Amino acid sequence: MTQAQLEIQLLAMATSIACSLCGVFLVLRRMTLLSDAISHTVLIGIVLAFFLTGDLSSPWLLVGATLAGVLTVIMVETLQRTGVVREDAAIGLVFPALFSIAVLLISVYSRNVHLDMDAVLVGKIAFTPLPSRRLELWGYDFGPKSLALMIAIIFINLGFILLFFKELKVSTFDPAFSKAMGFTPYYIHLGLVLCVSTTAVASFDAVGSILVVALMSAPAATAYLLTDKLSKMLVWSCATGIASAVGGYWLAHFLDASISGSMATVAGFLFTIAFIFAPKRGLFSQWQLAKMRNRKFKLVLLLVHLTQHEDTMREGEECNIENLHLHLRWDDYISRSIAFQAIDEGCAIDSNKVLKLTPRGRALALESLQLGTNLT
Amino acid sequence: MFDWLLIPGLGSVLAGTAILGFLCGTLGTFTVLRKQSLLGDSISHACLPGIILSFLIFNSKESWVLMAGAVVFGTLASLVVLAITKYSRVKEDSALAITLSVFFGFGLMLLTWVQRRPDASQAGLARFLFGQAATLLDRDVYLLAAIALPCLACVLLFWKQFQLLSFDRSFALSLGINVSFFEILLSILLVLVIVAGLETVGVVLMSALLVAPPVAARQWTNKLGMMTFLAGLFGAISGIAGAIISNLGKTSIPTGPVIVLFISAVVLLSILFAPARGIVWQFLKQWKESGILQLDSVLSNLCNLAKEHSGKQLGHSIAMLKEISSQPAGVSKSISKLREMALVFEVEKGFFIPTKKGETYLLNKTSQMGGSQ
Repeated sequence: MTQAQLEIQLLAMATSIACSLCGVFLVLRRMTLLSDAISHTVLIGIVLAFFLTGDLSSPWLLVGATLAGVLTVIMVETLQRTGVVREDAAIGLVFPALFSIAVLLISVYSRNVHLDMDAVLVGKIAFTPLPSRRLELWGYDFGPKSLALMIAIIFINLGFILLFFKELKVSTFDPAFSKAMGFTPYYIHLGLVLCVSTTAVASFDAVGSILVVALMSAPAATAYLLTDKLSKMLVWSCATGIASAVGGYWLAHFLDASISGSMATVAGFLFTIAFIFAPKRGLFSQWQLAKMRNRKFKLVLLLVHLTQHEDTMREGEECNIENLHLHLRWDDYISRSIAFQAIDEGCAIDSNKVLKLTPRGRALALESLQLGTNLT
Repeated sequence: MFDWLLIPGLGSVLAGTAILGFLCGTLGTFTVLRKQSLLGDSISHACLPGIILSFLIFNSKESWVLMAGAVVFGTLASLVVLAITKYSRVKEDSALAITLSVFFGFGLMLLTWVQRRPDASQAGLARFLFGQAATLLDRDVYLLAAIALPCLACVLLFWKQFQLLSFDRSFALSLGINVSFFEILLSILLVLVIVAGLETVGVVLMSALLVAPPVAARQWTNKLGMMTFLAGLFGAISGIAGAIISNLGKTSIPTGPVIVLFISAVVLLSILFAPARGIVWQFLKQWKESGILQLDSVLSNLCNLAKEHSGKQLGHSIAMLKEISSQPAGVSKSISKLREMALVFEVEKGFFIPTKKGETYLLNKTSQMGGSQ
């Protein structure tokens, strides 16, 4: 692995971590689509700041873009507060309008200037190791500029999250309670929006606007399927983000394709894996759980059936393993397998093909009957 | 002045954008009412891999071949969103964001892989993202019309079902309507419209065209039929206006953004000035009502004071009324208004008593309030 490859991967990882940290709160607060809006509207901040400064590498571009992101959220919320437009529609109204203004400004006023639209959407992570993009201080080479910037963003995000962890947690899960406690959820909300905006702007340079959305939503949603604890969710989200970055880089390397596109693809793939196989919440384990509950229910039903006919004249007929399917109206193989399960679990014994309840089985049946009468 | 009318090919551009605007407005109505405004955004981004895959498989650049691929992936994306929200605890906003970005990223990967030019600029991508309304040919207009007619026919044919679906899904279920069938049908129509529009206005602006006209139309009417028609009309007008404005200047500017800005202005005006729902009218009404309320409360305070102090004191000063009012600042203004209406009388300089007319006015008000409760 050459140094250039290492640096690109480091930048990809740093970007993923910064985005995944913000993403957790976006996913939990159902604000993920704001990242979509912000990542589009930062363009207008960049364009306006560029017109004012006339310099594409000016740090004011970052400031302008961040402010544009915050402005977007404020506009969406103002529109929503009028009560005539719902949130989803408000987002769908604001960002295309701002984005259109930006596109028009670019096309009208900067025909001769190199403000490449594709670079904005796709990012230029592959150019990271170029000599012109390195941070050199006091004669030492501190690696690529964008990597230094991204690491700074990680520290800002981490600092915000650690400093206001309690406030973030309460205002995310119980906004009304946090208001009652005097945490002013609105300021926390604004702080979060500022973090998301800064992160989007910085990542935008590396991975492009639409893939910022991928890195903010997919790793956090994957983590959401894996754990119930906020702190663990943050860790899982970062881990998934890093895996997408490294996996995406090598996928791009082998296909000779766009790095940011591959990163999004891998992030989506990891989400799909979690969606299907996550313990407890995945499709597969939910399906298994449903199957287990079904069997458990059938077992109790069988035991209740046995208590009804215990010590009666028809016991030999009703409780015979061969005939169970007729009385319980199940398929033959199901009634047999449930009967064997009952024997296995020590709820019944087999005496000449007739099922007899053990004390344990009787207790289970009576308990569920009791539960039934209590409910009604 | 009307030179722009002579621009060759402008006729087909106008026809194309008008058809597209009408179609987007009509179908957008249902998505906005069903709180799925951003589904369009997701679907339109998700079409990218479909376009590239169908190019790879059929090795053709015919627009209908690419469109077919886009339709398949657009439908797939809407099903993925549905599956994620139904089978996991991930909420709709995250599901939309993931689908949008991952499908798009996948498309981007395929595109760069096809062209073997990592992270370089692509003419095809730019067209997909921003559209090129200026290059609409007669052929494209026929294709648009061919998509528009069946879509609109579907809307008319299943009007009742779509109406139920938009307002009361559970009632529709209880009537025995095959709700999921019509939901999927609506999604497919949406995908068709989006795919038809991608070439003209591009991805980002497509979602605006689906959301903005219905939101504008909603401000003017409470009837679904009227709203759908108005949304279509607004869409068509902005399509035409956008195409004309972008051709007005000496150098032509991109049509898509102009259309979006035009319809955004229509939305803003509707939200501010539409009768009944408009914010300006609501604000004026509130202001007027709060003035009347203040007037009534000052009069009622004065009456109470006069009753309590009858015989001891002839009138009451403004300072006194200010002391007991919840909004002291408006008291003197209210008093002068009340004097104009002859509801209070100045017995001495600066001291007021309610007149007979004032007392009956207040009595009427209170009985009205009692009656309405």
